[in-house]
Amino acid sequence: MSGLADAQGPQGPFLRLAGVVKRFGDTEVLRGVDLDVGEHEVVSLIGASGSGKSTLLRCVNALEPIDGGTITLQGELVSGPKVDLDRHRRSVGIVFQSFNLFPHMTVLRNITLAPRQVLRLSRREAEERADALLERVGLASKRSDYPDSLSGGQQQRVAIVRALAMQPRLLLLDEVTSALDPELVAEVLNIIRELAHEGMTMLLATHEMSFAREVSSRVCFLDAGVICEQGEPEQIFTEPANPRTQAFLKRIIAAGRL
Amino acid sequence: MGQFFDTFFSWEHLRNSLPQVIKGFVTNLSVMVVAEVCVLVWGLALALLRSSQGRATAPVRWLAVGYIDLFRALPGLVVIYMVGFGMPIAGVPWVSDWSLFQLAVLALTLVYGAYVAEVYRAGIESIHRSQVAAARSLGLSQAKTMRFVVLPQAIRRVVPPLLNDFIGLQKDTAFIGIIGVIDGFRRAQVYAGTHFNLSSFTGLALCFVVITIPMTRFTDYLLKRDQQRIAAGRR
Repeated sequence: MSGLADAQGPQGPFLRLAGVVKRFGDTEVLRGVDLDVGEHEVVSLIGASGSGKSTLLRCVNALEPIDGGTITLQGELVSGPKVDLDRHRRSVGIVFQSFNLFPHMTVLRNITLAPRQVLRLSRREAEERADALLERVGLASKRSDYPDSLSGGQQQRVAIVRALAMQPRLLLLDEVTSALDPELVAEVLNIIRELAHEGMTMLLATHEMSFAREVSSRVCFLDAGVICEQGEPEQIFTEPANPRTQAFLKRIIAAGRL
Repeated sequence: MGQFFDTFFSWEHLRNSLPQVIKGFVTNLSVMVVAEVCVLVWGLALALLRSSQGRATAPVRWLAVGYIDLFRALPGLVVIYMVGFGMPIAGVPWVSDWSLFQLAVLALTLVYGAYVAEVYRAGIESIHRSQVAAARSLGLSQAKTMRFVVLPQAIRRVVPPLLNDFIGLQKDTAFIGIIGVIDGFRRAQVYAGTHFNLSSFTGLALCFVVITIPMTRFTDYLLKRDQQRIAAGRR
């Protein structure tokens, strides 16, 4: 539980989920999730498909309203009916499995849309910010291209840049490499690794176990809508305490993914 | 056989009536163009009201649904008649002083706005929810998500069905003669009445065909171009 202790800043944790419940009709997808994420921490959510990883991320971003519990970011309540969700989402970036770039806009406009419309940056400021980020991810030459003419890895890098252009306090990554051809995975993971080194606070759902092990400060195993076990990556991957975590990792190893 | 041919395809009557018919048809064309612009705006407004979300806008949403259901059920001819003869005597402020031309545009806009609203709505609903999620996740409001992300994609998709509805509207302009607008139909009718020959209507029919068929081909061309763009991975 040392990870949990680290998560406590002077004013409590950076992000705190307390008893978060989410239902879709009669199905309870999240059944009381408690999770603290400290500033500059990288927390990985692992677990089988359908365990609630993606739903959890979408709830943190308020893309899905929650049915119980609370979510607080830097001590501020960000769930529930009285919260200005647009304002909250402005400071929390999310990158999706299927990129979700806007197909009718060039790469540059994809990135500058929200900074201009939401943050009210001038066109020049927004484009300078976008170009600097594109440069960083090696896509400066693609600024005028349309998303559909890019490879999956390039699209996902643009999607990451689009989220970063809002200068979020927290970045959520929802299985960002799952839709990519294997040879394109590395280019995306490299960027995330860099962000982690720079101290970006990140919460990511992933199937890339070795990456989770390498980059995370803490790993949480999600099963049937609750966090069964969490701890430092070495502990989770080498000596998991919970039998369900053990069974999951055994399946992963058998599938050759660890 | 000769008599049949002469009734509809008398070269002499066709030639003599055509200048008058075309003069009237220009009125149809004007109504058409003005009504199409109005329909694009009114239809979009209705579609946005109908697609609005949240409890606060529920009454407007139901009003829009009621309007669309009603006006899609009404025959265009009935609406044109009621608006054209009704408005001048109904004492509606402002509208009652409109010219017949303006009332014809109003009637067609009322009817076709309802059709086009549904076309827009189909387009709006065809945009995948993940696009909305991406836009909202960046902090864009519902309105800005609609304006910058959903509508530009939706409208591109519905151009062919929109043009299809416009073809219907173009043909329905032939009804505006019943409220006294001197259009192609009226002119053809006057000629046919005095000369006991229907070749003037053949001329009118030709006028409609000549403007409608290129529109159909243009619609086909747009559809094909869209498909090719999607195949080529560009939009």
